[in-house]
Amino acid sequence: MTKVKSIEELTAMRERLRAGMAVRENGNHPEELPQVRVGMGECGVAAGAKDTMREFFAKLAERGVSGVVTQTGCMGHCDAEPTVEVEMPGCEPVMYGNVTPDVVDEIIDSHICHGEPVRRLVLTESVVGRNIKS
Amino acid sequence: MAHYHTYILTCGGTGCRASHSPQIVAALQQAVDDAGLSDEVKVIRTGCFGFCEQGPIVKVVPDNTFYVSVKPEDASEIVREHIVMGRKVERLLYISPETGKHVPDSRHMEFYKPQMRIALRNCGFIDPENIEEYIARDGYAALGKVLRMKPEDVIREIMASGLRGRGGGGFPTGLKWKITREVQADCKYVVCNADEGDPGAFMDRSILEGDPHSIVEAMAINGYCTGASKGLVYIRAEYPLAVHRLQVAIAQAREYGMLGDDIMGTGFSFDIEIRYGAGAFVCGEETALIHSMEGRRGEPTVKPPYPSECGYKGAPTNVNNVETFANIPPIILRGAEWFASIGTEKSKGTKVFALAGKVNNVGLIEVPMGTTLREVIFDIGGGIKNGKRFKAVQTGGPSGGCLTEKHLDTPIDYDNLLASGSMMGSGGMIVMDEDDCMVSVAKFYLEFTVEESCGKCTPCRIGNRRLLEILERITAGHGTEDDLKELKNLAAVIKDTSLCALGQTAPNPVLSTMENFWDEYVAHVRDKSCPAHRCRDLMSYYIDPKICKGCSLCSRVCPANAISGVLKQPYSIDQTACIKCGTCMDKCKFGAIGVR
Ligand SMILES: Cc1cc2nc3c(=O)[nH]c(=O)nc-3n(C[C@H](O)[C@H](O)[C@H](O)COP(=O)(O)O)c2cc1C
Ligand code: SF4
Ligand code: SF4
Repeated sequence: MTKVKSIEELTAMRERLRAGMAVRENGNHPEELPQVRVGMGECGVAAGAKDTMREFFAKLAERGVSGVVTQTGCMGHCDAEPTVEVEMPGCEPVMYGNVTPDVVDEIIDSHICHGEPVRRLVLTESVVGRNIKS
Repeated sequence: MAHYHTYILTCGGTGCRASHSPQIVAALQQAVDDAGLSDEVKVIRTGCFGFCEQGPIVKVVPDNTFYVSVKPEDASEIVREHIVMGRKVERLLYISPETGKHVPDSRHMEFYKPQMRIALRNCGFIDPENIEEYIARDGYAALGKVLRMKPEDVIREIMASGLRGRGGGGFPTGLKWKITREVQADCKYVVCNADEGDPGAFMDRSILEGDPHSIVEAMAINGYCTGASKGLVYIRAEYPLAVHRLQVAIAQAREYGMLGDDIMGTGFSFDIEIRYGAGAFVCGEETALIHSMEGRRGEPTVKPPYPSECGYKGAPTNVNNVETFANIPPIILRGAEWFASIGTEKSKGTKVFALAGKVNNVGLIEVPMGTTLREVIFDIGGGIKNGKRFKAVQTGGPSGGCLTEKHLDTPIDYDNLLASGSMMGSGGMIVMDEDDCMVSVAKFYLEFTVEESCGKCTPCRIGNRRLLEILERITAGHGTEDDLKELKNLAAVIKDTSLCALGQTAPNPVLSTMENFWDEYVAHVRDKSCPAHRCRDLMSYYIDPKICKGCSLCSRVCPANAISGVLKQPYSIDQTACIKCGTCMDKCKFGAIGVR
């Protein structure tokens, strides 16, 4: 039965339903949230970018962390697919390479939750391309 | 269970539906299913995004990609390229008129930047036929909050917010609720005025199409505050989509216990019925509206008594406009202080406008009170179409007036618009450019009001017709300077003596165009010319013999056989035969044909 019998029930229902709106809601103010852009394109998809993206969704949800996960085209690092860009509010985006599903949780924990990029996976740390790996 | 990471929102408003948006939704869904993504990507049909100029709109969220003028054939490419491969479909992106470049997402569009969405908060964001999406966005939370408050306190909050009626009159909403509450009666009614009949206006219809639950919720709140247990929505049968969405919303609200007996176990009972209007402008006037709902002729009666005291079936009736209601839940949830912090000293909050006419971005917009006409027309509206010059903007529909260049920097609010010789009205805004003849504009509005007068009182029925006849005379080239005096006198009498605001305000477009464009009236009557070259009887096409090469093209295209001549010698137009269609001028390759 869907009938709401008390104001408390309405509140509970709202809390439950809110999760379903989170993706759209967060899209209204992405700059205030961690943003994750997964590079698709032929090479990305072939390297399993779809699974990487699914893993980001699943792990963010599991940890109850808000973020905006979007897909983008090929980011020009075809040798290191899947590539993922992580941008924290007010920071330069950081580009990761070889982001297979098994390292997703590490990126979320270290970079998104604790502001500490996972150095070993970083390709470039800024849009201009400053490379900190070599 | 499905976990959607991407939403494809498609406008399902009346405008975009006319351009095949239902087929687009179906094609998008099909493409998503074919790609095996139906558990991850959700296609939703929403209400209006407001950017009607380039509809149908498809918006991909969360990256806010804004596709314009989408066709059903484009659906598979959007899914294949954008959703599967992460590549935006460039050719469908909005192009900024300033930079000529594709704009990647709606957050970078000049059209949206100055806007603030309170009444339209859910339009173009949620599925209007799904109560759960409304609830997820704090829907019915205001009702829940109110049901734990004393009605007097709620009314005090509405009063403190400074909200004024959005239906045209601008009456303080909280005060109206207070008056209705204080009348002693066993039975009271809440009425939502969704008649919206002025030319070019579609604010209320869009709210009902895009967020019908906000109206249901606000009406229930009003019922609790005023002591009414019954709500009536008066809506035109000619708005089938709005009617349908409202019917669905009411049924869902009953199912979820937001309408009906003992709402959320609080003991408060309230229900809503829909009443259909036949599409008469005068039935938007609240007393006429009530008569129409009672099954009587839709004619206004003298106020007082006001509906708040004696309305539907003689019971106290609180009549509010759709947009007025749409503002109520946010005020309850965010507080009067928040609302009162938006806008100008005496006009609080935002206003929705239907921007139409000669602007680049025709559409539905919501801006804080106090925004200037310049911002609305040039920033949001993107300026005048085809690089023409701005001439005037009509606000307040057929009851309002025109504003010109000198008013462009006036902050828009109830009082400023009145002081400038126009009015807020319900929110229609029609922009005119240098090619518009202001006498003809006045005539257009008057034709509308004469047609829509209910005929009950003489000044409106006969006086406005006389005004129209004079204008017809002037535009036909038979006007005299005495006619101009007569227009003014008659207009004053009509304003003073008509029974309802339809008649009282009908002369406004005439008076305000005379005030602002007096020279144009004088040119029509004294020089028998129409400076904008609009009035056919006052213009003539001519061929400049110095430029004409005698190619004969014009004589061949003229549908009236009015052009004659000898090859390689200047041609000429027989003015008695010319029907002033302008074809010759468009076709002449040498620019030899002009108009004066
Ligand atoms: C000719 C005429 C037409 C009107 N049409 C409408 C209308 O379509 N919608 C509306 O809300 N109010 C309309 N009004 C104003 C109503 O009489 C009334 O003031 C309004 O519904 C009150 O609601 P509000 O205080 O929320 O604005 C009209 C008034 C006149 C005189
Ligand atoms: S003013 Fe016009 S519309 Fe109003 S009551 Fe008189 S005749 Fe009818
Ligand atoms: S305006 Fe039309 S009717 Fe008149 S001369 Fe030109 S083509 Fe012929």
